[in-house]
Amino acid sequence: MTTPLRIVVVEQNHDRAQEITGALREGGWADVTVIADDASLTRTLAATDPDLVLIDLTNPRRDSLETLSEVSGARQRPVAMFVDQSAPELSAAAVNAGVSAYVVGGLSGDRIRPVLETAFARFRMMSQMQSELDAAKRALAERKTIDRAKGLLIQAKGLAEEEAYQLLRKTAMDQGRRLIDVAQALVTASELLR
Amino acid sequence: MSRYKVNCGFVPLVDSAPLVIARELEFAANEGLDLELLKQPSWSALRDLLALGHLEAAHILSPLPIAMTLGLGGFQCDVDALMVLSVNGNVIAAGNALVARMRAQGWHPDLTDAEAAARALEAVAPKPLRFGVPFPMSMHRELVEYWLKGRDIALELCSVPPPMMAEALTSGEVDAFCVGEPWGSRAVDAEAGELILTGRSIWAFSPEKVLAARRDWVAENGAAAAALMRAVYQAGRWLHEPSNRMIATDILARSEYLGLPADVIERAMTGHLLAQARSLGTAVPGFLHFHTGAATFPWRSQARWIGERLARRYGLPVEQTAEIARGVFRSDLYRNILGPTGIDLPGASEKQEGALVHPTAVASSRGGLILQPDRFFDGEVFDPAGE
Repeated sequence: MTTPLRIVVVEQNHDRAQEITGALREGGWADVTVIADDASLTRTLAATDPDLVLIDLTNPRRDSLETLSEVSGARQRPVAMFVDQSAPELSAAAVNAGVSAYVVGGLSGDRIRPVLETAFARFRMMSQMQSELDAAKRALAERKTIDRAKGLLIQAKGLAEEEAYQLLRKTAMDQGRRLIDVAQALVTASELLR
Repeated sequence: MSRYKVNCGFVPLVDSAPLVIARELEFAANEGLDLELLKQPSWSALRDLLALGHLEAAHILSPLPIAMTLGLGGFQCDVDALMVLSVNGNVIAAGNALVARMRAQGWHPDLTDAEAAARALEAVAPKPLRFGVPFPMSMHRELVEYWLKGRDIALELCSVPPPMMAEALTSGEVDAFCVGEPWGSRAVDAEAGELILTGRSIWAFSPEKVLAARRDWVAENGAAAAALMRAVYQAGRWLHEPSNRMIATDILARSEYLGLPADVIERAMTGHLLAQARSLGTAVPGFLHFHTGAATFPWRSQARWIGERLARRYGLPVEQTAEIARGVFRSDLYRNILGPTGIDLPGASEKQEGALVHPTAVASSRGGLILQPDRFFDGEVFDPAGE
């Protein structure tokens, strides 16, 4: 971890909260806020804007976090859950499946650190995959627009496909605009004229 | 002697009754099924355990299997809705101060007139109007957004666990909420607010909870899935009898299920709701269906209605998303498995949603099927064929 993480722990029980905070400090995470799971939870969370939320797997308030991550949209924050020792296989299964993290109980610093680090690495990877996916989708949409613009030129001016493409490219260069912008303008204009 | 063991998750709500009854009255055991019911603290926990394979089946919010299959929230997992568990059953409540302001507008609470309630709410709603729903992917949210669309209301949805709805109303975390029973009635008893409407006044026949399972589990465990569906169907038919509903109420009241007094559960079961604390109560016909009018049939048109709404909300391609959603509601499986038991199957797997104002006879395999009214409060009709 190179950047300091802002972590929020949702825990009503004072002793348990202390234990978790202590374990996080030991693990090198100092920016930890503990909040209770009462009615103010969502508002406090929105105000704190944490990078990571730790909440007990059995806490029904978990559902409130779902809306929160929906509201924050692209800046999805990972939610880590801690569970008690009775379900260690669950945390492994969850982390493998790509849930942000399930931290097993008995939160000693040396145990919590690798789990959280794995979770974060996975979260970053998923975010990157998502942005790559978005980029790929955008590229595909741009290709379609350019193809339509080419088609319009082929129809209107009787050009060959390659000539249509060259014309688009030349126009873009002459006007100092992006190829996709020129193509989009042409498609929009043709729709208006139809 | 049981041949299959199925771990099935549920959230403590009145509409978990078909699963509880399937187990307690041994409809499951008679199908050779050892049905284990595991109470879950939250919908996200239930969803994750289902996706991870710790639960084979689940009592789940009808939009959630579609959302999971689309990879919305949590991680992507192909999940099927094998059948509908319950139709309708939600209530809408508002805090005391808000209700008082609505009354001052000349509005009279009758639990049925969605249009009048929306108009009164529009006149007095704080900005924003904070509305509690149990989960972002829920019929509750769909109903609230459908009901208040086009109104001059700054709707702000918050997810609040059902048992905490009353407290959320008292503390001002929310101004109003939509929730499944008995949690609305609990808020009334706590004098946190009043019921102003039921879900059926917004959409008269909305699929509320479904029986869900992972698609790969269903493919590999066809016999267990079939046994489960047959048991749940029989439980729903049993629950249709008014006299049986009293027995079901007592069973649901037990600590391993809802752990609440029977009198608060009874209201949803009998459709006799108390809108205000210490009031006489109002009969709401069709408040909660488990069987009537092919209630358990997973209509592809219901799935499409949900799918189109999710697509628009999350910016997904509408046609493609609606098609995926249709595939989630397994009316094909329902036909194959429950058809041979001699039940009356609808002739089609899709219908116009919202077109029926009265109970209407429709084409069916045995010729005796009568569908219940399914209209939307604004009279709109959803045509699954598009346009």
